[in-house]
Amino acid sequence: MATQTAEDGGAIRIMSVLEMRDVTKKFGGLAAVSGLNLVVEPGELLGLIGPNGAGKTTVFNLITGVYKPSSGDVLFQGMRVNGLRPCRIASSGICRTFQNIRLFKQLNVLDNVRIAAHLHTKANLLDSILRNNRLMTNDRELTEFSLMILRSLKLEDVSDQRSSDLPYGLQRRLEIARAIATKPRLLLLDEPAAGMNPQEKVELMELVRSVRRDYQLTILLIEHDMRVVMGICERIYVLDYGELIAEGKPEAIRKDPRVLSAYLGE
Amino acid sequence: MRILMLRVIAILVTFIGLYMLSQFVTYQMDPYYFQVLIECGVYIILAVSLNLINGITGQFSIGHAGFFAVGAYVGAAWTMIWQPMVVERYSFLQMGTLHGDILNLLIALILGMTSAGMAGFVVGLPSLRLRGDYLAIATLGFAEVIYVLLLNINSVGGARGLNGIPTLISSGNLALFWVFLFVIISIVLSRNIMQSVRGLTWLSVREDEIAADAMGVDTTKVKVTAFVIGSALAGAAGVLYAHFLTGISPDIFSMNTSILITTMVVLGGSGSVTGSVIAAIVLIVLPEVLRFLKNDRMVIYSVLLIVMMLTRPQGIFGTKEIGFPKWRRKQPKTEGRSA
Repeated sequence: MATQTAEDGGAIRIMSVLEMRDVTKKFGGLAAVSGLNLVVEPGELLGLIGPNGAGKTTVFNLITGVYKPSSGDVLFQGMRVNGLRPCRIASSGICRTFQNIRLFKQLNVLDNVRIAAHLHTKANLLDSILRNNRLMTNDRELTEFSLMILRSLKLEDVSDQRSSDLPYGLQRRLEIARAIATKPRLLLLDEPAAGMNPQEKVELMELVRSVRRDYQLTILLIEHDMRVVMGICERIYVLDYGELIAEGKPEAIRKDPRVLSAYLGE
Repeated sequence: MRILMLRVIAILVTFIGLYMLSQFVTYQMDPYYFQVLIECGVYIILAVSLNLINGITGQFSIGHAGFFAVGAYVGAAWTMIWQPMVVERYSFLQMGTLHGDILNLLIALILGMTSAGMAGFVVGLPSLRLRGDYLAIATLGFAEVIYVLLLNINSVGGARGLNGIPTLISSGNLALFWVFLFVIISIVLSRNIMQSVRGLTWLSVREDEIAADAMGVDTTKVKVTAFVIGSALAGAAGVLYAHFLTGISPDIFSMNTSILITTMVVLGGSGSVTGSVIAAIVLIVLPEVLRFLKNDRMVIYSVLLIVMMLTRPQGIFGTKEIGFPKWRRKQPKTEGRSA
């Protein structure tokens, strides 16, 4: 089932990057997400919005393997990924940022990115211990690669600073840089604009657009700030109480009565 | 090619240097000081290897004496119990000559390290489920189990311990050579791991496990590997110590020893190899220096520790290192080895 779609008749058909089929996640009696169907097409920049407690971050946790769905399937590029460990899902090409920033605080900016870049390492632990040629070239490549990412996100000037010393906006940006370093197909951004001022939000929108273009990413983004979501997302899913209440283009979502009532009350 | 040459030279110099030092020191040094020196070496290995688990990977283990004991007893069991059983069939295992002693020591080392490493694997497994204080208790429990087992297994002497272990490492005045060879191995190993990108993933497990997992770091594998390598090195320390002391008893590997090793890592600065080395030396030498205080010395020793932790809770070195050239952004070519 896993590879069937990819090898159909030799030609690779366009398949969705991510598909959630009737996914439900229950915590005790409470369904944080119920019967969610969601499709992310290649290259899309998709928004996932909803009031507080709607289950948005739970959706991310389901996709990245932090939680296992109570029922339903999560398919990444046609492959079932529910039940895989988070690190396996990350190495298969889904990477995320965190709502409450989770950098490796004591390490410097470059090392934060290099840790994510380790996924592309070809050297094993023995190479590390022996410090042989393979390790040296490999580590040099990874370092160059990490520096390139830092440059493209305008973080190269702070590359040797401790990540916890960075100002808030740069920490958010470093989270994105780190996620990109795993070379994901699908990037999940969990409230990237949280706590930013209007100027930083504009910069962030620009940044999201440019990394999507430069790294050919498909992006799924959770955001509270309507201006950000409406500004960059091409399609939006709206969650409320764990259920999908609307889906469509920003203009349509803006007018959707169910969305309005979810946000503003009846 | 040049790096390889440099490396071969560095290894040769290390070997010859250690050998000469070993010969010189053994003849010149007062036996008491010599014993303290060897003890320092053994505890450096223990502290540096625990630092791999505690400091670098952030898995708070406080049962390192357990692995130390496994190494010591398995190593001693080879020279005292198993070797006599097979020596008649394989006469080249005969002890007494220099090469015979070295061969037996190497076998003891391999057996001791393997079994301690396997113990590390077994203890490392629960670390996948347990965090922080719970893991600490589990590792402490492991060390206690080993301690109680050793007290009650009569074939290894029970509470009396094993006595009359051949001083294999002192054969040919090589005690210092062997111990400090392993000191160097454990330091270089830690340093090399920490300086590689793969080693950074170990640090990431310490920093934020959830984020590490999300970045594709196989946290399970990292933790178990750290436990296995750390315990195998502790096992080596055990083998060397047993064949130096000639007599071991379970008391050497009691909870106090576990706490002492943990203190070394924390005092030196969790994650700092340099710190572990310095703290190990300080904590071994200090009680000896304070001997003139007679009975009060352990009080003073404890007070010093408390003051130390109050004034510098991050440890002597924090996470800093001495003599680890940091990779510099401006000159990527300088990433060479500095042995």
